[in-house]
Amino acid sequence: MNKIIEKEFFSENVAKFVLEAPEIARSRKAGHFVIIRLDEKGERVPLTISDGDPEKGTITLVVQKVGVTSARLLDMNAGDEILDVVGPLGHATHIQNYGTVLCAGGGVGVAPLLPIIKALKEAGNKVISVLAGRTRELIILEDEVAAYSDEVIVMTDDGSYGKKGLVTAGMEEVIQREKVDKAVVIGPAIMMKFGSLTTKKYNISTEVSLNTIMVDGTGMCGACRVSIGGKTKFVCVDGPEFDAFLVDWDEMMMRMGAYRTEEHQAFENYLQTAEISK
Amino acid sequence: MENIAQYILDGRNEDWRVELRKSMKAKERTSIVRVIMPEQDPNVRNKNSVEVNTGITEEMAIAEAHRCLDCPEPTCTTGCPVGINIPAFIKKIETGDFLGAASVIKQTNALPAVCGRVCPQEKQCELNCFYTQKLKKPAIAIGNLERFTADYERNSGKMSIPDVAKANKHKIAVVGSGPAGLAAAGDLAKAGYDVTVFEALHEIGGVLKYGIPEFRLPNDIVDVEIENMRKMGVKFRTDYIVGKTSSFEDLRADGFEAFFVGSGAGLPRFMNIPGENFNGIFSSNEYLTRVNLMKAAHEDYDTPVLMGKNVAVIGGGNTAMDSVRTAKRLGAERAMIIYRRSMEEMPARAEEVHHALDEGIEFLNLHNPIEYFADEKGRVNKMKVQRMELAEPDASGRRRPVPMEGEGAQFDIDVDLVIVAVGVSPNPIVPESLKQLKMTDWGTIVVDKETMQSSIEDVFAGGDIVRGGATVILAMGDGRKAAAGIHKYMMEKVAAN
Repeated sequence: MNKIIEKEFFSENVAKFVLEAPEIARSRKAGHFVIIRLDEKGERVPLTISDGDPEKGTITLVVQKVGVTSARLLDMNAGDEILDVVGPLGHATHIQNYGTVLCAGGGVGVAPLLPIIKALKEAGNKVISVLAGRTRELIILEDEVAAYSDEVIVMTDDGSYGKKGLVTAGMEEVIQREKVDKAVVIGPAIMMKFGSLTTKKYNISTEVSLNTIMVDGTGMCGACRVSIGGKTKFVCVDGPEFDAFLVDWDEMMMRMGAYRTEEHQAFENYLQTAEISK
Repeated sequence: MENIAQYILDGRNEDWRVELRKSMKAKERTSIVRVIMPEQDPNVRNKNSVEVNTGITEEMAIAEAHRCLDCPEPTCTTGCPVGINIPAFIKKIETGDFLGAASVIKQTNALPAVCGRVCPQEKQCELNCFYTQKLKKPAIAIGNLERFTADYERNSGKMSIPDVAKANKHKIAVVGSGPAGLAAAGDLAKAGYDVTVFEALHEIGGVLKYGIPEFRLPNDIVDVEIENMRKMGVKFRTDYIVGKTSSFEDLRADGFEAFFVGSGAGLPRFMNIPGENFNGIFSSNEYLTRVNLMKAAHEDYDTPVLMGKNVAVIGGGNTAMDSVRTAKRLGAERAMIIYRRSMEEMPARAEEVHHALDEGIEFLNLHNPIEYFADEKGRVNKMKVQRMELAEPDASGRRRPVPMEGEGAQFDIDVDLVIVAVGVSPNPIVPESLKQLKMTDWGTIVVDKETMQSSIEDVFAGGDIVRGGATVILAMGDGRKAAAGIHKYMMEKVAAN
């Protein structure tokens, strides 16, 4: 059992949770993720750790409502308990002093990006962060990112905050302006695909963190398999971070839609029962 | 004779055994017909998840026990990886002392109700039975008797807990709660150690829970055996990945003096053929985990699983049988085994193959998939298979399958679900967290065959992480050997200090 210590809404559908998980808090590094299961009948869902405090024995997760499990989690409050939290899983991010690093985060992808920004800054890099979202309220963790970045550029699709435009426009702006030695792009698959097509034009080595479907998260099931440079790899044990230029994005997006019908149905059912119980 | 353990030979001379042997002539014993395990009707059971075998009665068990000749050289015991005193427990059954029989089995086997159900007896004890070897008659139904004994004890409400030595306060960590880990934990607890079993998943039992389906091994039965281990003092931690949640170094600092690694072969193999990553193509691990561990087929559980009308399962092992029979139970109209060799080479337990045939599973033996096709959404809808024929034997001693040529050698089959059950590779998590651990080229841990000690002195290992994919009982045998190895290591360490 892992107690929710703190919950804070970033927007209607996005919230931050601070959870009690002392061993994970002690062992985690930037790039790691956990698998959670809310209750006996729940599914196992991977979530990247966005922060941790080994002293307090807590980890921080940022969750967006996308399906049954995330919707249920968003309905939980401080003091409630999550039945299973296991990790830290995956390989930690490789951190070194590259020089100038461009960190681009889309939507809740900024949450897993934050510890990487922190670690890159601490390793001596110049960090330029581009945060992007559809609209103002979907820009999260701006202050935290700013604390570890030399510069922050905010992009919104509708221009309600920062500059109007897609994440790629913000990235282009930086690349046109100065020499970028490395890029990290984390967000929805489509955003990572186009973000890395942008850096590829300029031949800037780019890392992405993939968020595929998983069951166990320890290499056992292969649900998370993706093609990297034509070879099948498991996101859980070989990743979650990969060289963006080697990822078969179309296959990955196709695989992420494997349960779209089932997920949609389950979500509808959940919303109905949640409505009735209110 | 030298392969037969002394405790097995000694027991034979006890007065009651001598008397019992005299009570019936050998000829009468050998004229009794082998018991037939009652089972659910195939057309009923292929629509439910209840155990296929319904179990033999007390009368049937006693009759079967009479067949056993209590041989002076009980060769059956040489086939048992955990060294069960087979004639002793069978003779207890003959006298009607079923609880006594259970206590004999439990001296060397931590999971009798499990082994009685999933061991390939026809390749082990029953293969080495005097009936099979010399009389050319059906072997004593040792597996059925073991299952009967364990079930009788469990249902009696008088389950005995094996004697546990006085607590010695030495802490031992067991990594993985599958059959290897449980067997090691059981023996270490008996020897008085303070044992903690660390499990990565949220349930204890490893492959017994996520892999083997309910219709072959009900979860309740596994849970009772685990509960007994708790009563013996074994502690369990779920959601805990040694090497990730804590390092070996962290655990050493917490006072753990030795480790048994039974982390299993948790990395499914695929065939690397075109289209294998389309949706609707699963590893058997994923398919079975969704259905068994996550209960995906139950309406009120959140985990989904894709259903199929035409299901192809690739492979001929127990996992392939479990997968194809699960698919049938979940409503597949056509559930097929696609296996590249013939029925004769099939590695699955004989009973599972028979059960599958009875349940209406199709076997496309001597066929191999070569490509998958999908609809516009990426869901598999067709597979191309290649007919095979058998050439001369390969390194495994089995005849090597080679592609046939000519017209009709390749053809397409409509499928909407494919389950790949062609084996597993060792899980990389533990080796990655112990850089100095000596590994084979196949990713398995190198150990001493007798003590199961690895290249790191306080780390022992067994089961699939050493064998690269074997059976429950071989894993348990390793666990027992490793427990003895750890005990020896600890005794020497204590003596040296």
